[in-house]
Amino acid sequence: MLDKLQLIGQKQLAIVSRLGQATIFLYQIILTMPGVFVRPSLIIKQLYSTGVQTLVIILVAGTFVGMVLALQAYYVLVDFGAEESISQMVVLSLMRELGPVITGLLFAGRAGSALTAEIGLMKSTEQLSGMEMMAIDPMQRVMAPRVLAGFMALPILTAIFMAVGVLGGYLVAVHGVGIYEGVYWSLAQAKVDFYTDLMNGMIKSVVFGLVIVWIAVFEGHDSVPTSEGLGQATTRTVVHGSLAVLGLDFLLTALMFGDI
Amino acid sequence: MNTRLVEITVGLFVVVGFAAFFMLAMNVSNLITYESNEGYQVSARFDNIGGLKERSPVAVGGVRIGKVAKIEYDNESYEAVVTMDIEPQYNRFPIDSSAGILTAGLLGEQYVGLEPGAEEEFLVAGGEITVTQSAIVLEEVIGQFLYSKADEK
Repeated sequence: MLDKLQLIGQKQLAIVSRLGQATIFLYQIILTMPGVFVRPSLIIKQLYSTGVQTLVIILVAGTFVGMVLALQAYYVLVDFGAEESISQMVVLSLMRELGPVITGLLFAGRAGSALTAEIGLMKSTEQLSGMEMMAIDPMQRVMAPRVLAGFMALPILTAIFMAVGVLGGYLVAVHGVGIYEGVYWSLAQAKVDFYTDLMNGMIKSVVFGLVIVWIAVFEGHDSVPTSEGLGQATTRTVVHGSLAVLGLDFLLTALMFGDI
Repeated sequence: MNTRLVEITVGLFVVVGFAAFFMLAMNVSNLITYESNEGYQVSARFDNIGGLKERSPVAVGGVRIGKVAKIEYDNESYEAVVTMDIEPQYNRFPIDSSAGILTAGLLGEQYVGLEPGAEEEFLVAGGEITVTQSAIVLEEVIGQFLYSKADEK
């Protein structure tokens, strides 16, 4: 009986201490941030590998999500003779929920896992300790540009996802089921508020971006430097990153739209 | 991959991102219709506003000319006070114009419909529309209908 209790206690302490480590880790990275802006080429390189290389999957996913949303909305709304409201359904769900969330999930899978694997391998091949030997702070040289770049890339990717989603919905609504083109845009404009809908969606994506890169970089830095440990760390990044996105999304939605 | 190409694609990426955001803000959200702040405000009192909300449209003959800015309850007269933002170019409403709360379609959104009057003087900022017609509450209509049916028998 006491052994069981001890086991629970151990697990709990392990979780809390890991959270604490991760927080200290983030704090250390933020402390080195000012030095990163002196060398923007590092950030640009990371923006390329986290942002530009994720773009294709975001474009494809966004188009199809928008198209499917429009089809589904039509299927339900046509019974009420309200099929013209397709655009409101497509645009609002993309901006409030699907845009930030799906982009976040794809980003965790595509860019987050790559970050963890890269840093984990740097650790296991002792590149990080090598840098320290040469008096280069790996926090500043390796971690900080990656965190900053991920933080910047996700809102941009989210905006692109929303835009292609809206265009995909437009394709299906206007050319597929024959809604008049002007109605599609004007009904969306009548319903969508710039601040409550678009800006809140963007705020969500900023939060998600920070959390995902934080998890990814920490898992890489904290990984057991073996091939098995590296695999586990990469898996943890994707799983924890995705769960964090979904959980935070609920919290943020409750905070932002709870009273509507 | 050489640095120049990387920098060019990143630049492109950022530009496309901002373009997407701009397109969303301009084409899909109500940012364009925001500048109605330069308009003028008039108020009207209703017994019952039904499902009217802030930002509901204000229309004349079906054409949107403004939006509901504020809804308050007057504790003295037990009435709802609806303040409306009217766009500046529509400044020729006679002071005896009337306002009613109407519904777009059978189940649609509620809006304030204005009906121009015949007086020579026009409404100015801070003016009040005195002739109003409350929202039709579906339950009351059905209730009246049932009572009148019962009376017939």
